[in-house]
Amino acid sequence: MERIESLKTVLEARQLSKEVTSPEGLLTILDSVDLSVSIGESIAVVGVSGAGKSTLLGLLAGLDVPSKGHVRLNGQDLSELDEDGRAALRAGHVGFVFQSFHLIPSLTALENVMLPLELGGHASPRATAMETLDKVGLTPRAGHYPRQLSGGEKQRVAIARAFVVSPEVLFADEPTGNLDHRTAKTIMDLLFRLNRETGTTLVLVTHDLKLAQRCDHIFHMDEGRITGVETPEHESSLGVDGA
Amino acid sequence: MNTLRLSLKLLARDWKSGELVVLVTALVVAVTALTAVAFLTNRVGHAVELRAAESLAADLRLSSPRPFANDYRDQAHEAGLNSASITSMPSVVFSGQGNTLAAVRAVSAGYPLRGRLKTSDRLLGLATETGEIPALGEAWAATRLLARLGVDAGSEVDVGRAKLRITRVLDFRPNQGFGFIDLAPTILINEQNLDSTSLIQPGSRVGYRLLFAGERKDVSQFKTLLETQLTDSENLQDIQDTNPQIRSAMDRSGRFLNLASLVSVLLAAVAVAMAARRYSHRHRDRIALFKCLGSSQSFILQSSLIQLFLLALAGGVIGVLLGYGSHAVLAWLLRDLISGPLPATSWSPAVLGLVTSLSILSGFAMPDLLQMGKTPPLRILRHDIGPPPLRYGISWIAAVASVLALLLWMIRDPKLVVFISIGAAGTFIALGIAGWFLVKGLQGFRGAAGVAWRYGLANIARRGRESVVQVVAFGLGLMVLLLLTQVRDDLMTTWRASLPDNAPNQFLINIQPHEVEGIGNFLRDRGIDAPPFTPMVRARMTQLNGLDIDQIDFEDPQGESWARREANLTFSDNMQTGNKLIDGEWWQKGTGTSEVSVEQDFGREMGLKLGDEVTFDVAGEPVSARVTSFRSVEWDSFQPNFFMVFSPSTLQEFPATYITSFYVDDSSAAVTIDLMREYPSVTAIDLDAVLSQVRDVMDKAALAVQSVFLFTLLAGLTVLWAAVQSTHDERQYESAMLRTLGASRKRVLAGVAAEFLAIGLLAGLLATAGATLAGYFLATRLYELEYQFNLFLTLTGPLAGMLFVGISGLLATRKVISTAPVSVLRAAG
Repeated sequence: MERIESLKTVLEARQLSKEVTSPEGLLTILDSVDLSVSIGESIAVVGVSGAGKSTLLGLLAGLDVPSKGHVRLNGQDLSELDEDGRAALRAGHVGFVFQSFHLIPSLTALENVMLPLELGGHASPRATAMETLDKVGLTPRAGHYPRQLSGGEKQRVAIARAFVVSPEVLFADEPTGNLDHRTAKTIMDLLFRLNRETGTTLVLVTHDLKLAQRCDHIFHMDEGRITGVETPEHESSLGVDGA
Repeated sequence: MNTLRLSLKLLARDWKSGELVVLVTALVVAVTALTAVAFLTNRVGHAVELRAAESLAADLRLSSPRPFANDYRDQAHEAGLNSASITSMPSVVFSGQGNTLAAVRAVSAGYPLRGRLKTSDRLLGLATETGEIPALGEAWAATRLLARLGVDAGSEVDVGRAKLRITRVLDFRPNQGFGFIDLAPTILINEQNLDSTSLIQPGSRVGYRLLFAGERKDVSQFKTLLETQLTDSENLQDIQDTNPQIRSAMDRSGRFLNLASLVSVLLAAVAVAMAARRYSHRHRDRIALFKCLGSSQSFILQSSLIQLFLLALAGGVIGVLLGYGSHAVLAWLLRDLISGPLPATSWSPAVLGLVTSLSILSGFAMPDLLQMGKTPPLRILRHDIGPPPLRYGISWIAAVASVLALLLWMIRDPKLVVFISIGAAGTFIALGIAGWFLVKGLQGFRGAAGVAWRYGLANIARRGRESVVQVVAFGLGLMVLLLLTQVRDDLMTTWRASLPDNAPNQFLINIQPHEVEGIGNFLRDRGIDAPPFTPMVRARMTQLNGLDIDQIDFEDPQGESWARREANLTFSDNMQTGNKLIDGEWWQKGTGTSEVSVEQDFGREMGLKLGDEVTFDVAGEPVSARVTSFRSVEWDSFQPNFFMVFSPSTLQEFPATYITSFYVDDSSAAVTIDLMREYPSVTAIDLDAVLSQVRDVMDKAALAVQSVFLFTLLAGLTVLWAAVQSTHDERQYESAMLRTLGASRKRVLAGVAAEFLAIGLLAGLLATAGATLAGYFLATRLYELEYQFNLFLTLTGPLAGMLFVGISGLLATRKVISTAPVSVLRAAG
């Protein structure tokens, strides 16, 4: 299951396991996962519900700590860092797009996009955020609150928020899960276009195989293990531009 | 700096989105309630202190019920001090057909030596300070006196036998005393006019005062010099001795009002806790997101603390400003009880407001907000993950600690704080238990009600704890308001009902012995039964069982106070109507032994027992008598009554004045006026007028206290609002579901109305039961009156509760249930 390592590896997992205590006893939800992702690559993690995709994403992004094994993000072993250390590593280096958008309801679209810049002490968050909102085609909606936006628009705001800090790695967890087919396609086109333009490494968790096909590599998961790696034969996953 | 700026931004955005409105409103209510009272008591307290210096109108004041034996003014002059004199007496002042009882004060040039008089040229005119006194033939009258006479400056009035022209309206005298209303308004005249009034007769109730002022050292030396010459009836006061009772009364009432406002603070704090809990629940996702985006734990902690501090500051500042405004309303309500202008306030109530705001937030909101900061970032992927559960012990400790700290700061008496805390905890627990039983009891009616009521009652049961909190919060506010209304009304009604219809309503005092027969005939001629005339001898107690009064340590401070003041004694062979012998025996008619019968409470306070020998100085002569009986007295019978009644042989040789009381109906009111004209040195007191004034004072004081408790209702309202907010999402979802299932908006609204009407009903029942119980104990134990069941109160409580809570609840939830079901279900799905 091991991929060819390169000097440009940005994300790497070694023997990554996660166990949780349940009423039935100790439950292994992720079992000895190894993977590595190079700079600028896009990978998809696919599998059925409960396969451990989101758990893997949480561990790779340092949102959770593994029971066993190691994660290296940007050359830093996450197990050597405490929660604040991991947060500091994420700040400015990592972006997220979630299935349920996770926009802050009390903030406008623009303010949501400004947030990571403000948290990182960026000098001109408003201008940069406006620029990014423009890239996702939402300038007219900048002053709207999430409740005033459609699902697709919310996800575009989330994508703008993810890309506004020019992250090295972008984690996307079922980014089209809450969207209709047509909107989903538009969103994914946008995601891949920005990915291409910024050279960001993309880690996409999805159960949509068609979507996964647009990535450089697909990791299949089942019952907490990686059961196979596939490199789709496509002209270019970056070649579609329909945003 | 970045943290601060970002915290500010986030707070501003939360504020804009309305997330913090309930929390801040609850804070504002708490701070407003507390500071309104604090500003008032602070200013009144300052006034008491300031006027202590002015209230003598001098550095030293010598008082006596008799003309001074020595020429102290000459001595003062030699010692380099200024001096002035005041001679005062009660008398009825006439103007045309109008008349009123007044305190006539004849002053010499130079008065007042400290402080300034304020006068105006007409009623309600602009008052200015003056260094003069009324010229010969002139008088300056207090506003109330002119109002009662129905005249203005420029009119002529009869003061005794003198006719004087009112040239100015007296607005303020430095020594006018402070606190409760001076029943007789002042008329100030020049002392050189005193003889022409013929008001001073042997035995008249005249007060003589000499005022001295000068350099501190000279005053101190002069005080020492005076102390060696004082007679028993002469009383020397300096600033330190002034108004200790008023200070202590003010202190007590201030504490009471503070505690009253503290009830609102506690309720508002509950609302703060509820709002904070909701806020922290709603913001877990945000914290997780922040952590996801790279925020450190310390950033989140700092940001939470900064926001908490800023919220406290905002709530505190708004509350302090509103509190300042509200205190002006309270001061206006109490304007008749506060004589003279109030001095400016100090900053301490504002500081108290800010500290209160901070401590409420720290105690009631911080545990939840800090816990919120522990939300793991993984929540962003797994919504079921939250921060570790808050230990209730910690949040309770924080809340109790903040309340205790506040109490201690306000009351500054640890022992009292313990008592109050136990009392408050007991009351809340009792109300909580009663509320719980009511909420449980309500469920019995679910089966019998229609669908709307069933839905409403089910909601109350499901949110059992919140329901009990709301019932108690409203119940407490309503209870206090009902209780105050009941006590005020019942006291006056029961008291009046206990008096016979023809109870005396006119008192005559200062009747000279030679006038007794004439006044008797005067009344008889006008169809009024000749009343008994009771002799009154003024005296001062000098010894008890051979020991000088000065050497006796009285256990009861009230007893000591009695012993040191000029006493009114009487003598009689027969016990007065309404008196009852409790212990000992009444003397034989015409006995030659010196005996005295003592009122039982007075005797207890003085520490007297049968066989004790009391000695009085009567007109310079020592008079002793043995205590041979104790009596109980019906003080509210409006008959002349005395603490000490002597056997006639003891006192009848001494100069006495007489008092009497009689009843005149409205049609014969002119009798008293005619009598006053014929006997100007006799003082008439119209009890009806006095009673209506007492009633007025009680009404205003009760209104002020009720206003303070209005904050309690307001705090109850914020509890309701916070409770509705905390169930906002749940309610929105349920109402959307119900409407999707075919319920009309009206029916959903009826269900919500049923819920709040029921909560209001329970709160009202709790309030009525509490107020009735407390009213019963107050009436029977404290005021010793027969308790009268109040049907009005019984009905008012539940009705007021249902209306108030019902309407407020509906208003608070209106928006929640009006949201279109489709948008709610889409958001939830």
